[in-house]
Amino acid sequence: MSDAPSSYQPPPVAIHPAPVVEHAHHPWLQHHFDNMEQQAEASTLGMWVFLVTEIMFFGGLFMAYLVYRHASPSGFQEASHHLNIYWGAANTAILIVSSLTMALAVRAAQTSQSAKTQVGWLLATMAFGAAFLGIKAIEYYDKFRDHIVPGPNFQWEGAYPKPAEQFYSLYFAMTGLHALHMVIGLGIMTVIAIMAWRKTFDEEYYTPVEVAGLYWHFVDIVWIFLFPLLYLIGRHYHAG
Amino acid sequence: MSGHVAPKSMYYAVFAALMIGTALTVLVAFYDLGPLNNVLMLGIAMTKAALVVLFFMHVRWSTRLTWVVAASGFVWLLILFGLTMMDYLSRGMVPGTWR
Amino acid sequence: MDTTTATPTLNYLNNGYGLKSWLLTKDHKRIALLYLWSITAFFFLGGFFALVIRLELLTPAADLVQPDTYNKMFTMHGVVMVFFFLIPSIPAVLGNFLLPIMIGAKDLAFPRINLLSWYIYVLGGLFTVAAAITGGVDTGWTFYAPYSTSASNSNVILAGVGIFITGFSSILTGLNFIVTVHRMRAPGLTWFRLPLFVWAHYATSLIMILGTPVIAITVLLVAAERGLHLGIFDPALGGDPILFQHLFWFYSHPAVYIMILPAMGVVAELVQAFSRKNIFGYTFVAFSSLAIAIIGFLVWGHHLFVAGQSTYAGLVFSIISMFVAIPSAVKVFNWTATIYKGSVSWDSPMLYAFGFIGLFTIGGLTGLFLATLGMDIHMHDTYFIIAHFHYVMVGGAIFGYLGGMHYWWPKITGRMYPEGWAKFACLNIFVGFNLTFGPQFIVGYLGMPRRYAMYSPEFQVWNVLSTAGATILGVGYLIPMIYFTWSLKNAPLAGANPWGARGLEWETPSPPPTENFAVTPVVTEGTHQYAPSREVGIV
Repeated sequence: MSDAPSSYQPPPVAIHPAPVVEHAHHPWLQHHFDNMEQQAEASTLGMWVFLVTEIMFFGGLFMAYLVYRHASPSGFQEASHHLNIYWGAANTAILIVSSLTMALAVRAAQTSQSAKTQVGWLLATMAFGAAFLGIKAIEYYDKFRDHIVPGPNFQWEGAYPKPAEQFYSLYFAMTGLHALHMVIGLGIMTVIAIMAWRKTFDEEYYTPVEVAGLYWHFVDIVWIFLFPLLYLIGRHYHAG
Repeated sequence: MSGHVAPKSMYYAVFAALMIGTALTVLVAFYDLGPLNNVLMLGIAMTKAALVVLFFMHVRWSTRLTWVVAASGFVWLLILFGLTMMDYLSRGMVPGTWR
Repeated sequence: MDTTTATPTLNYLNNGYGLKSWLLTKDHKRIALLYLWSITAFFFLGGFFALVIRLELLTPAADLVQPDTYNKMFTMHGVVMVFFFLIPSIPAVLGNFLLPIMIGAKDLAFPRINLLSWYIYVLGGLFTVAAAITGGVDTGWTFYAPYSTSASNSNVILAGVGIFITGFSSILTGLNFIVTVHRMRAPGLTWFRLPLFVWAHYATSLIMILGTPVIAITVLLVAAERGLHLGIFDPALGGDPILFQHLFWFYSHPAVYIMILPAMGVVAELVQAFSRKNIFGYTFVAFSSLAIAIIGFLVWGHHLFVAGQSTYAGLVFSIISMFVAIPSAVKVFNWTATIYKGSVSWDSPMLYAFGFIGLFTIGGLTGLFLATLGMDIHMHDTYFIIAHFHYVMVGGAIFGYLGGMHYWWPKITGRMYPEGWAKFACLNIFVGFNLTFGPQFIVGYLGMPRRYAMYSPEFQVWNVLSTAGATILGVGYLIPMIYFTWSLKNAPLAGANPWGARGLEWETPSPPPTENFAVTPVVTEGTHQYAPSREVGIV
């Protein structure tokens, strides 16, 4: 056992029990938190920390993109040209609209607007998200049809076949991962919309909507970078 | 609990800016401006991302902690990109060595 | 000291019985114990693989196992020990248990995510065990391409998926810790009153958050390339194998700081408690944890010195790698200054702390030799590297883990283990460890390469010494298993503060109640105020 002299009493750490305060207990307050504000701050901070991990997760793919584009800039330009810029631009616009509707959904909850209003904005967000995925599906199908899906069936008719295959590997990896995040986002929105329909959210408690919003905006930001990097390199080499 | 409530007009204004930025970046892509293409493309993308982060994600009115957390993600990305590309861009720079 | 065998009042251990109350718990203390059992199981699995390695290396020829099997042994040893033991160990067991208590909170910020992180860990572990049972992996724990993506015939994808899944356990733990430390400190507990254990875990969590996702995507790319023949990393398919190494080591170097920082946090606590003295240079030690975490992200290229990285990059990474040693040295100096003129007691946790300081210093200094670009050309892929990282990982991290387990065992279980056996086990482990890995510095410098089942006959004497040491070490690890288990029912009750130490965790009963504190403490000064030596009669 310890060798401290038996007469030695360590002076107590100055700890004073806090006075017990009665609080009106919001039904959604979890008991390890002291109050709703602490819970809300913890939740939003938690989502932000999670988004940082997502930034680094996508970041690995962007790193691979950087290395391969540096290795063969002409190859990447050539490959990028075969993407349909109109679908890409449309998707960018769609996602920006969905970000707007999501931000307005958060605002609706934050200002205690009716459940109908909240759900309306959320459904709009989901609709645009689904539209994005629909266009993505069309684009993917086109790639399958044109045999530019990397793997054993890859056939590239133009110049720089190897960089083209790398470009499309990254295209599918990056947009695929992004689409997966959108699908998850739609799932999250569904849950939030159901909760909103049940009149869960008002200015006292709207953290889940806000946190879902943060996630959705992040997915939008990833696309904001994906679109120019994948669709817009070297457009001027083939005017129009 | 309360957070900063922005007027709807702010959201619409940011939305308009994002759409204009998208149109601009598509337009610029069709012209050969040399290295300026990449600069403009990245610049517009970063501006759009900043608008989403600051206004849609409310970082403009958030605590400094939130700001630091958001910034750290991008800084760490720069570390990954920067030091890795340093390798690729400096190959052959030291004479007499094999790489 | 209470020596009755009656169980104490209602506490987290007896608050609810049955499998469901454990498997569906939200209590961070119970989750810590769930982790304890799983990581201990993985430790012995990894130890089994090590045993095969050391037995094979008794003789120069590849005569115990086939070379292919040997490759699987060192791969599985590395994978299991790194991802399933070292990375989770202190944070998931001691961190989970102690962090909320040390800051006066009732639980972590997200208790359900905490439980989820354990299930994710177990799921990833099952994938990896499946990979081991159904044929193993032989790429080395570093999964270098193109062998991992194209040439290996082993369960790369299965093991990769296991690691991918377990990475999320790490991410969720780090996320929980960061939010908890920011948002759930007791009133009056400012950042610079926090225990150094908390600072260390905060810094560790930063690394978990910023680094783990990169290896996650990298492992996914390896699996995709392997399954779809894509050509991301395989040069035969147009890929870049050095890109793999950049992405892999971007995480895996900071990962070693995930393994060592919590142990350093433990040592800071032990050194204060058993010198009866406040840490020397608290602010410097606190910031050194952050410095290690940040600078640790800037040095990964020192693993690529001979991989084909540019010489210029090699120079840059070599210099920065020197800098990362500085905050570690700050810690070692400050711990030493703390012990100096303290009232030192030689209880087993303190023996582990002393072991840590000496062995980590050796491991760290040899790291500097390796960071020197020219030296590494000679020593890369030799046993010198293996000795270096085992000195920091075992002599450092595991000594820290064992020291922490002994120090906080009375708090966690309410029982005091037998001190005599603990001292004996510590000595046993210390001797066994040095006999195992000391000779490896020598044989590595003499040129014995790593990851080969056979070696040149002149290296045999060192290998025999090393295997003898490994046997002693293995026995040493078993002893605490026995007396810790024995102590649960048979040892004397420990009481709230058997060490006379400072910290909020010693203000609660042993074992603590489920809610940790009956009332939230209000803190008015640093939680570790030991009386100055003068006041205990020492001049």
